[in-house]
Parts: sequence; structure tokens; C-alpha cells
Amino acid sequence: MAVVTSDRGRRQAAPTQANFLYRPEVRQAIYQALLVVLLLALFYTLVHNTAANLRKQNIASGFDFVDRTAGFDVSQSLIAFNSSMTYGRAFLVGLFNTLLVAGLGVVVATVLGFVIGIARLSSNWLIARLATVYVEVIRNVPLLLQLFFWYFAVLKALPPPRQSLTLPGGGFLNVRGLYLPAPVFEPGFEIVAVTILLGMAAAAAVYAWARRRQTLTGQQFPVLSTSLALIVGMPLLTHLVLGSPVAFEYPELKGFNFQGGMVLQPEFLALLLGLSIYTASFIAEIVRAGIQGVSKGQKEAALAIGLTQGQSLRLVVIPQAMRIIIPPLTSQFLNLTKNSSLAVAIGYPDLVSVWSGTVLNQTGQAVEVILVTMCVFLAISLVTSAFMNWFNRRMALVER
Amino acid sequence: MVADTDVAAKIEAPPRNTVGPIAWIRANLLSSWSNALLTVIGLYLAYQVVSSLIHWGLISATFTGADGSVCTREGAGACWPFITAKFAQFMYGRYPEPERWRVDLVYLLALAGLVPLMIPRVPGKFWNALYVFVIFPIIAFFLLVGGVFGLLHVDTALWGGLLVTLVVATVGIAGSFPLGILLALGRRSKMPIVRWVSVGFIEFVRGVPLITVLFMASVMLPLFLPPGVTFDKLLRALIGVALFAAAYLAEVVRGGLQAIPRGQFEAADALGLSYGKKMALIILPQALKLVIPGIVNTFIGLFKDTSLVLIIGLFDLLGIVQLNNSDSKWFSPTTAMTGYVFAGFVFWVFCFGMSRYSQMIERRLAASDRR
Repeated sequence: MAVVTSDRGRRQAAPTQANFLYRPEVRQAIYQALLVVLLLALFYTLVHNTAANLRKQNIASGFDFVDRTAGFDVSQSLIAFNSSMTYGRAFLVGLFNTLLVAGLGVVVATVLGFVIGIARLSSNWLIARLATVYVEVIRNVPLLLQLFFWYFAVLKALPPPRQSLTLPGGGFLNVRGLYLPAPVFEPGFEIVAVTILLGMAAAAAVYAWARRRQTLTGQQFPVLSTSLALIVGMPLLTHLVLGSPVAFEYPELKGFNFQGGMVLQPEFLALLLGLSIYTASFIAEIVRAGIQGVSKGQKEAALAIGLTQGQSLRLVVIPQAMRIIIPPLTSQFLNLTKNSSLAVAIGYPDLVSVWSGTVLNQTGQAVEVILVTMCVFLAISLVTSAFMNWFNRRMALVER
Repeated sequence: MVADTDVAAKIEAPPRNTVGPIAWIRANLLSSWSNALLTVIGLYLAYQVVSSLIHWGLISATFTGADGSVCTREGAGACWPFITAKFAQFMYGRYPEPERWRVDLVYLLALAGLVPLMIPRVPGKFWNALYVFVIFPIIAFFLLVGGVFGLLHVDTALWGGLLVTLVVATVGIAGSFPLGILLALGRRSKMPIVRWVSVGFIEFVRGVPLITVLFMASVMLPLFLPPGVTFDKLLRALIGVALFAAAYLAEVVRGGLQAIPRGQFEAADALGLSYGKKMALIILPQALKLVIPGIVNTFIGLFKDTSLVLIIGLFDLLGIVQLNNSDSKWFSPTTAMTGYVFAGFVFWVFCFGMSRYSQMIERRLAASDRR
């Protein structure tokens, strides 16, 4: 009897008398508090140790060094830079160089990747095989090795300026880089530039009008050829009427080197080639998976309503495949941007090479320099993924 | 029976232009004018690549010689004696020659554990895994570092070549495993602070290039430690690589955790298992099995990324090839190309083999899901 009553009593009292520590929310609070304390302790130790080490090595801290004179030159820069300018300016030079090579790399890699990805699915056996070989070879070899290959084994093994390889159209390729004719704008070119802008605006208007007309009446309008005529044809005509206000300055061999024109340095070329070719092999796989992810019926339906192969790919398959492609494509763009930091290995003056390399070595302020570098890459990552998320939402299936 | 053969005899053979190699060529290479044009372009490309490879690697290549002068003639192809002369360095770096048997023994022990582990049919996976993940690393550590049991101590500064590549990759992935799993669990935790810390770490590390992490490990880590404490350079790189890989692995494992049906979690709760037991006995074994291909892919990426350690002054396979390319004794216009092709081939064999293995596992998993 006594046992039963006590049992019942315990059962009734259990919820209120349960040990305080056995409540999940209490436990969670304790775990989290522990984690916070641990992290704070770790952070404190790190800061404390770092401060002690820096004092011992006589390294200043803070960002005062940014305004000091850099005292080194950079081989390629989008903004004016010389050795009498500040470290802060050197940072900008590196940042712009990183953005330049990453931006161009993204464009080239995307185009190449789409071509190869589609080629892998070609009904032509030989083309599909070649694309497969490309993908399997390129993506299984480290990027750094490929950069070394392009830089040291290909571009640095080119002949000296006097025995340059001549390219069609007045370009030259030698060990100092790729020399291309540079356009020189003469008075009157502004009018051509304005016509280009006008042509773009007109093409956009035509596109909007044609689209509305098609949804209303089903009639199609040759938008592509009209746009081409507006954007390319019209400025070309103005250009000729005005008597060609653009001249080309051709590189010429003078003494031991070329003068005039514009030059793409071997470091830049090697990095651009390596990054684009490597990333393209991953993009190709993404594109292939995306296209294969569109159900076969979609393509058959497109062919059944009389679209050509090209049209069915362009109007039906690719738009749907894009929904599968965009998220992994974003991470490839980010990878390319992050991989551009390998520039430091072949001497292209990107952010890591100029800022975390030269500036770090000269100032010794490792903590500030590396934190800034990481923050820049984080910012680039966040901006890129924000943009791609927005693009992804636009492409997403609109369901009722 | 008789009727059957009669019917069979009456069935005509398929038209000749729909079977056999000619039909295959027509269907796959020449189905239309544009396709035929593509075939011609493809043939030209393939011919160019294959012929120049054969020409460079075999016909105009040099196979014997004592220094780079044999490879300096006009139009010379690959300089293979460079590879043969430097082969030991490419494999072991500056590891002392009389001690190199220890490296070979480690490779052998690794193979003895890995091969049966990777073949699904071989039984005894538990003991096998125990050997590979617990016993082998201890033996390998003492064999490679030495200093005990009468083995000569070999400083890690002497390690190099493929040895460093393999050590960094395997230790990196093994070290990142526990942290990666913890981060993945943390990211799916109900406790907000744990979740934020995990998300913060994962997104931070995934947002920055490996180089900056390695720079941090090599330049900032010594600053973080109490004055007077120094760290081995290889160990610093290993810490950087492991932290980096942990963030990527965490995302892979999270994918596996998300694929486990809710019922599994609830069933474990209903049995009264604690959080740790629920994860260790019910959830993780299923989740990890699901993401083996993803883990292998992370490993392939890490294996390729190990080449970056040369930037902080370690000599992995690529680093040692790069170093030897500038050897004045072997100076020739084709030395660099030969070295890169060799290193590229070694990396390729490893990565391609692993990716093929992961595809096989993927097919097996898919087959078991189809039941």
C-alpha cells in the first residue's frame, strides 16, 4: 500500500520537482554559456599573446601604415601608381587587379564551360568524347600546376621580342607578353559612342515591343537581327560617315622591345588562361547536369511543335536548365575569384600578391594585413552570392 | 520447335544500313551536314593533340643523358632523363636516403589497410577501419618522424615530394573530420549561439581563399601562441588545411543530415537515447554513408589544393618539381614542361582514380536505394 501511494505521489509531483538541471532549456542555456565563455577565453588568450608577441618583436599595430609611402613599384595597374604613393593606394591597385582578372575569368570560363558542357551531350560521338577528355584531364590536375604550366612552360618559353610570333591583325606574342593594337580615339568619336548607346536603348525598346506583340498576337519579330543592326550597324555607319574617328596604334619593334599598342603581360595571360580553362571544366559538368536534369519530354515537345534543334535548346531546354545550373555556377564564380589569389605564385600583382605579399613583408603587420585580405574576399563573396541569388529568384519557376 | 525455326528463317535480317559499324558511323558521326562538319573539326583537333603529344613525348624526346645538355637541341621534346634522375627527390624530397625504406613501408602499410577497406566485398570492415584510422596513423607517425625505437629522427623540413602531398592531404582530411562533423551538427542545432558560431565559422572559411588561411596559419599562428612556443612548419600548414577542409566537410555532412528522414530522429528520441547516442548510433552512420561521394570529392579537392603549401615554403610534389626545374645542371628549354607533365600525370592518376571510385560508390548507393 505504502509503495503504491508513494509511487502515485511521485508521479504527480514529477513535473514540478524534476531536477532543475534536467530541463532541456536550462541545459541548452548552460551549454551555450559554456561555449561563449570558452570562445571569449580563446579570443582573450589570442589577443593577449599576439599583443605580447608584437611588443616583443617591436611591430606596431593599427592602420597608420596605410598612409605611409609604399616605395615599391607594381608591374601592372589600372590606376596610376608609382613607388612614391601610399600603401593604401597599393591596396587599391591589387584589389582592382584581382577584380579585373576575376571578372574577365568569369566571362571566359562561363562561355567555354557552356560550349564544352553542351558538347559533352552532343549526338556527335567524337565531339562528346573530346569534351569528356577535356573535362576529365583538366579538373583532375591542380590549378596551381596548370598556372605554372602556362606561365613557366608556355609563356616564358616563347621567343624574345626580336623573334616574336606574329598574329593576324597586327599583334605579336613573345616572352614579354601579348602585344595588341590599341585604339586611339579622335575627335568625333563621341558621336559614335552616343550612337552605340542609342542603338542599345532602341534595341531594348524593340525587344519589349516585340515581346508584348508576341504575347498578344503570337506574331514573331526578328529581334536579334534588328538589335544587331541597331547596336553594331548604326554606329558602324556613323563611324564611316564621320571618316573613321578611331585609329589603331600598332605595336612596333624598336630596339629590343615593342613600342606602342597595348600589352597583356605574361603573368596576366597565364592567370586568365589557367583560371578560365580550369573553371570551365567544372562549369561544363554543371551545365551538363543541368541540361540532363530537364526532362526529355520537354525537348521532345519542343521538337514536336516544330522548333528547330537550336531553338528548342535556346528557348525550352536552357531556360529550364538554368534553374538547376545557377546555384552551383555561383559557387564556381566564387571559387574562381578565390583561386585568383594564386596569382601570388606567378607574380601577377593581385590583392594577395601586393597586399599580403609585398606590403606584409615591408610592414610586418601580419594581423591587420591578413584580416583586411580576408574581409575583402568575404565581401566579394557576399556581393557575388547576393547578386546571383537575386538572379536566381528572377529565373525561378513562377508558380500560381 | 519446327515452327519456331521456320518463323526464324522467315525473319529477314535488318537492312544493312541500320546495323554494324557503318550504321553506327552514320548515326553518330555523319547524321547531318553540320554533324559531319563537326566530326571533321573534331578529327582535326584530336589529330593535332594526339600527334603533338606523341611527337613531344616519344619521337623527339630524349630518354638518356646525364644532364640538361642532351635536351637543348633544336626542336627537342620531353627531357625524360630529368625525371629519372630526380625521381627519388620527387617521391621523398630530402628525406635521408638510407631511411627511405621507412616511407616505403608506410605506403605499404597504408595500401594493406586501404585496399581491403575500399573493396566492398571484403569482410571485417570494423577492424579494418580501426586499423586504418587508429593503428596505422600511430605507426606511420613514429615511422616517419623517428626518434624512438632506434629510428633516426627525421626533421619535417627534410620531408618533400609526394610524401608531403600525401601527408598533408590525408592528415588534413582526417583532422578535419571530427571538427567538420561537429560544425555540421552545430549548424543544425536548436541552440542559437551554437548555430551562429558554426555558421559563422563555416561561411567565413568558405568565403576566403585557402592561401589566406595558409598565410594565417604560417604568419599569424606563431603570433597567437605564447611567446617562446614555436611550431613545426608542416604542422602549421596541417592546421590550416584541416581548418579549411573542416568547413567544406561540414557542408557535405549537413547535406547528409538533411537527407535523413525525421522519423529516424523521432524514433531515436522515443527510445530514450541521449543526443550523443542518437547521433552516434542512429543518425551519423546513415548520414555519413549517404555522403561518401561528397567526402571523396572534398578529398580530391583537398588533394589538389595541397599544392598550395609551396607558397608558404613547403615542398610538396609540385614544389619539389618547381624547385628542380630551376636546377642549372638540368637547364634546357623543355625541362620545365617535362617536370610539369610528370607532376600533372601523378596528380591526375590519384584524382581520376578517386573520382572513379566515388562514382562506383555512388552507383552502389543508388542501387541500394532503388529496392
